[in-house]
Amino acid sequence: MKFVLVLLIALLTVGLVAAGWVQSGGMKLRAERAASTPEEAVRALLADIQAHNWDQAYARLDHSNDIQQQDFVREIAGTDGSLRTYSALQGFDVWPVHADASHSTLRVRFNWSSAVGSLDEVRDLSVVRDGNTWKVVWPKPNFANVPLQVLPVNYLRWDVIGRRSDDWGSASVDSPKVRIISMNAVERPDSVVVLGEVENEDTVPAYVNISATLLKQDGSPLAQQDSFDAIAHSLLPKQVSPYRIDFPGARLNQVKSVRMDAHPLLVPASADPVITVENQNVNKDALGRTVLKGSLVNQSGQIVNIAQVLAAFYDTSGKVIWVSDGYVDDALIPQAPVPFAVDIPPDVATRMHDYHVVVNHYTAPRA
Amino acid sequence: MGRTIFHLSAVLLASALPLFAQAPALQVPATVTAGQSFAIPRNGRGTFYLVGPSHVLKQNVDAGREIAIAGRDVSTSGTYQAILCGSEGCTSATIQVLSAAPERLTFLLHPSRVPVNTPNAVNGTAIVSDRFHNTVVAPAKVDFRLSLAGEEISTRSVQSVRGIAWFEIGSRPKQGSLQVTAALGDTTEPRVIQQVASEACGLRMSATPGPHAVTLQTDPIRDCAGNPLPDGTIVSFTKTDAAGKSTVDTPIKKDRATAKFEVSGPAHISVACGEALGNEISFAGRP
Repeated sequence: MKFVLVLLIALLTVGLVAAGWVQSGGMKLRAERAASTPEEAVRALLADIQAHNWDQAYARLDHSNDIQQQDFVREIAGTDGSLRTYSALQGFDVWPVHADASHSTLRVRFNWSSAVGSLDEVRDLSVVRDGNTWKVVWPKPNFANVPLQVLPVNYLRWDVIGRRSDDWGSASVDSPKVRIISMNAVERPDSVVVLGEVENEDTVPAYVNISATLLKQDGSPLAQQDSFDAIAHSLLPKQVSPYRIDFPGARLNQVKSVRMDAHPLLVPASADPVITVENQNVNKDALGRTVLKGSLVNQSGQIVNIAQVLAAFYDTSGKVIWVSDGYVDDALIPQAPVPFAVDIPPDVATRMHDYHVVVNHYTAPRA
Repeated sequence: MGRTIFHLSAVLLASALPLFAQAPALQVPATVTAGQSFAIPRNGRGTFYLVGPSHVLKQNVDAGREIAIAGRDVSTSGTYQAILCGSEGCTSATIQVLSAAPERLTFLLHPSRVPVNTPNAVNGTAIVSDRFHNTVVAPAKVDFRLSLAGEEISTRSVQSVRGIAWFEIGSRPKQGSLQVTAALGDTTEPRVIQQVASEACGLRMSATPGPHAVTLQTDPIRDCAGNPLPDGTIVSFTKTDAAGKSTVDTPIKKDRATAKFEVSGPAHISVACGEALGNEISFAGRP
């Protein structure tokens, strides 16, 4: 009797473990790991990337292009404090583009959860047959190889010094003078968006935030939002930044007017780094969407860890009709071009006449 | 809490006095200067209250002695209520405490930075007060001395009206620190305004071709009055060629802004600073 009870408990435990394995996608994972089809090979690779199982992931690659594991890991996991180092692969979608007996192309949408929110990336991956299994051809990363050199950096820096007195009427310094040079409220399918440009008209740097209040017909506020990260907050003298303020769920017919407020603060700032935006072009991406592409070149000597691209799009009359923004996964190494792309909505793409790109950057303090 | 109740009680007592005041009237001065001690003659015993705008005094009074009020108890100008309660009832009188001689200046100068050649852009306001921070409403002469490096000091004398003297001027054509000092007798309050260059004027760049790139440099960037724009001001260079548009926002350094672009075919380069547009340069091919 005692033996039967032990056997029963053991069988029950095994059954529960098996049920848990199936429930957690073990069957699917096993099928993916088998890599007996191109899709299974890609899914298995992505599952290993998701689990940071780098050895296993590297083993699933086709090595005919001489890709090194450290380069593969560096591209996926990021380096130099880039945005990718603060990201994790949250999910992915895979669908076939082309297939034959020995070669297949699959399109993958990576969904990264990052320090700045959810980010999507689309790539086409080639898969080749290797005996009974399929291997993913991961393009060999082409990291910039900047020759060793000494780059003098002597850009300006502004500091705010002195005691800030609370005595009324004592000497003080005014906040920087900034001006909202354009504002446009547009309706999107799911929101109202207030966008435009702001300029620092002063001779000192400004930290700027823009807020907008939608007012109803009776003058009462309908909603209030600020520009959050869709603006370059730190503006040097005479610098212009686009801004975008989203009001999800609002409709333009509910709005009589918009009240705009610019909030400038006097802050310490540096004129370094200078970032060139090269070869800006409007193109189609792999999904057929219209995007503004180009590359960023950090002209300073310090690594820019996280860069954000803000683009204002103008119609033929020079009015701002849309503001897009996008983060760059890679850190900006001095003198090395890093590609970027920001989406342009289809209706904006047809009306767009010109654009202006601004780069927002974050650099971690040096030890 | 206890202090508040005490104040409220004193005020209520003062307002209720006419209902039961039967005692002889208090012999108080009609006006007193802030901070000045004085005495009130009194016969008999009782309790004396002095209720002022920011202070309440309570003291016991002995027979045959004057009620001495210290200067610190009347340091705030305004209307005071003197109340004396004895065995025969309460009596009250009003004392007006006037501000003392002008001795202090509070000086507000706006703005702290101003572009050159801007009319009526600078305004200063001085508030005249005595040593106890009471506003002196009597007219007083305030001198505003304006000095810019390399220029003679100019002075504007303004008579204060109800304690306030003010002036308004335009900024000078030359940039630099404008020191403005408000003076009242020996008391001076200095402030500094930074007069800064205005918008760029006559922006012009030149190009120096290199093996693979062209280096662009502006002439010294100045406003229309000839003042150099401050270093750090952003200048935007834009190159348009077959590869697309390339832009760089670069700060002025030592009066000039520089940029470098790779040019491999026909290209068109322009420059701008704020609202000012500069010249344009076209390349037919490799520099």
